[in-house]
Amino acid sequence: MFIDPHAHMISRTTTDYEVMAEAGVVAVIEPAFWIGQPRTNPGSYADYLSHILGFERFRAGQFGIRHYCCIGLNSKEANNEPLAEAVMDLLPGFAVKESVVAIGEIGYDEQTDMEDSYFRRQLDLAKELGLPVMIHTPHRDKKRGTSRSMDVVVEHGLDPSSVVIDHCNEETIEEVKDRGFWAGFSIYPHSKMTAERMLELVRRYGAERLIVDSACDWGVSDPLSVPKTAALLAEGGVPAEDIRKVTYGNALAVYGQSGQMREADWLEPDAIDQRTLYQGNTILRGGQSPRVE
Amino acid sequence: MGPRAMTADLDETADRIALLSTWLAPRLTTEQMAWLEDQVTRIRNATGGPALPMAIGLAPRRLGKADLTLDEREMQAAAARRPGLDPTGWSADQTARILFVLASFDGDKDAFAEKLRRLLAQGEVSEHIALLRGLPLYPSAARLVPIATEGLRSNVQPVFEAVAHASPFPRETFSKDQWNQMVLKALFVGSRLAPIQGLDERRNPELAEMLIDYAHERWRRDAMCRRNSGAASAPLRGAGSGRLGQSAERRQRGRENGGRPRPLAERSACGPGCFERRAGSCRRDRRRPSRLAGTRSLRRFFEGEE
Repeated sequence: MFIDPHAHMISRTTTDYEVMAEAGVVAVIEPAFWIGQPRTNPGSYADYLSHILGFERFRAGQFGIRHYCCIGLNSKEANNEPLAEAVMDLLPGFAVKESVVAIGEIGYDEQTDMEDSYFRRQLDLAKELGLPVMIHTPHRDKKRGTSRSMDVVVEHGLDPSSVVIDHCNEETIEEVKDRGFWAGFSIYPHSKMTAERMLELVRRYGAERLIVDSACDWGVSDPLSVPKTAALLAEGGVPAEDIRKVTYGNALAVYGQSGQMREADWLEPDAIDQRTLYQGNTILRGGQSPRVE
Repeated sequence: MGPRAMTADLDETADRIALLSTWLAPRLTTEQMAWLEDQVTRIRNATGGPALPMAIGLAPRRLGKADLTLDEREMQAAAARRPGLDPTGWSADQTARILFVLASFDGDKDAFAEKLRRLLAQGEVSEHIALLRGLPLYPSAARLVPIATEGLRSNVQPVFEAVAHASPFPRETFSKDQWNQMVLKALFVGSRLAPIQGLDERRNPELAEMLIDYAHERWRRDAMCRRNSGAASAPLRGAGSGRLGQSAERRQRGRENGGRPRPLAERSACGPGCFERRAGSCRRDRRRPSRLAGTRSLRRFFEGEE
């Protein structure tokens, strides 16, 4: 069983869902993000949040995959002040909805003052609601941007044990681990991280607080990154329990703090979900069939 | 509207809130009931504030999602208070969500309809199901018809069914066209007709004609599926054989074709890309699509190899 704790399924096809389910992915987390095209009004942002909480969650359930969300204002669109202000008003109502496991993905892109301001306000919201946080670290000026993100989290009084610093690499892993945060690694072809490099990182740093994700989206990316990385780690001699931690257990531990993501969701789903949202995985449920009134 | 009519609406709503409370009270803890009552107070005191969406959003995490599983006595009481009401399969959080919506009614019917519309516009899919199941209980049914028909437009089958199934609302409020579209869509998306209330009472010649046309269309489609898969029973088979399995005839044709892939138009009637299947007709094996293919077997299929 695998969890892909960072996957923009709204940009993916049904074939992706099919192969993910077949490869053993039981749950995905879809962080709110920039969809490639800037949104020009708060209405389209609200509809996007409703979409990932609504139809996308249902769509995943049709393939036997449980779908969770992170709700947030991404760093790029934080630079559009009228939009950002209106979205901030929307966020609390969306953040308390079922299946929301974190505020995210939030953080820095260009590290502008506006990005900084909305990042801080969203950290306060996460603290108020008792939700974990998924932090996107910038592509450019990554090392300093990552350090700065962690400084701000600590300044706002959040516990690093409920915060994931995502898109880590060899340059940032050490500080992230030393400061007690979770380190996410997006196995994303041509940028971010590869499975081969991930193997070296797990060998060197162990499996504690390391999390593998695909970050698959509208770019050239691979929805099977998590199972493929698990296979490569196994070939490389990483113990099975460590593979389980980085491809399943660690993500569940941190995002499970929301109270919205439990192993029972896919192993023994609630009756009401079996009838409505989740077609379920009959293999995992031991042949238990949905109850239909 | 006169003050007397308004009072009658408020009394009826209060009566329905009381009914839902009697179901929840024995099934929730004292703390959960206290939270529920606190939310009701906040909703009543808030004028346009976020109290209502917050209470609705938080309901499953505070109250759980266990089925109510009402006993016979409770079901009878339900039907006595609101004829046609069928809360079979309602869960605790759904019941609470409906109760919160009822609690937000202050006598202004237009404002109530607008509130419900906004909740649905920014609601997630479980909220849609719960809120739409509550339609027979809300005041001012006539104003809520557009909300119900919008729910029927959903591609999410359980949302469609939250309006169409086990509810007196469509039977009581829908125009003939709205009714006919609902019944036809139920068939089209592979939902069931039996849980629709009032099927006999609201039957009409136009609906009969639509259904007969639809049956003809399906017979033609099924005949096409059978021809292309080379076996009469093919559309009924499991995913492994019905979707990807190629008939001897098709393989033979592939060879005659010099091994070249068959034209897409020829292939499209039944196979992994079968549009009719996706549209919900060859759907008997649709539940477990992940069994159908690794990318390799898909490639084999399209390249015409076996």
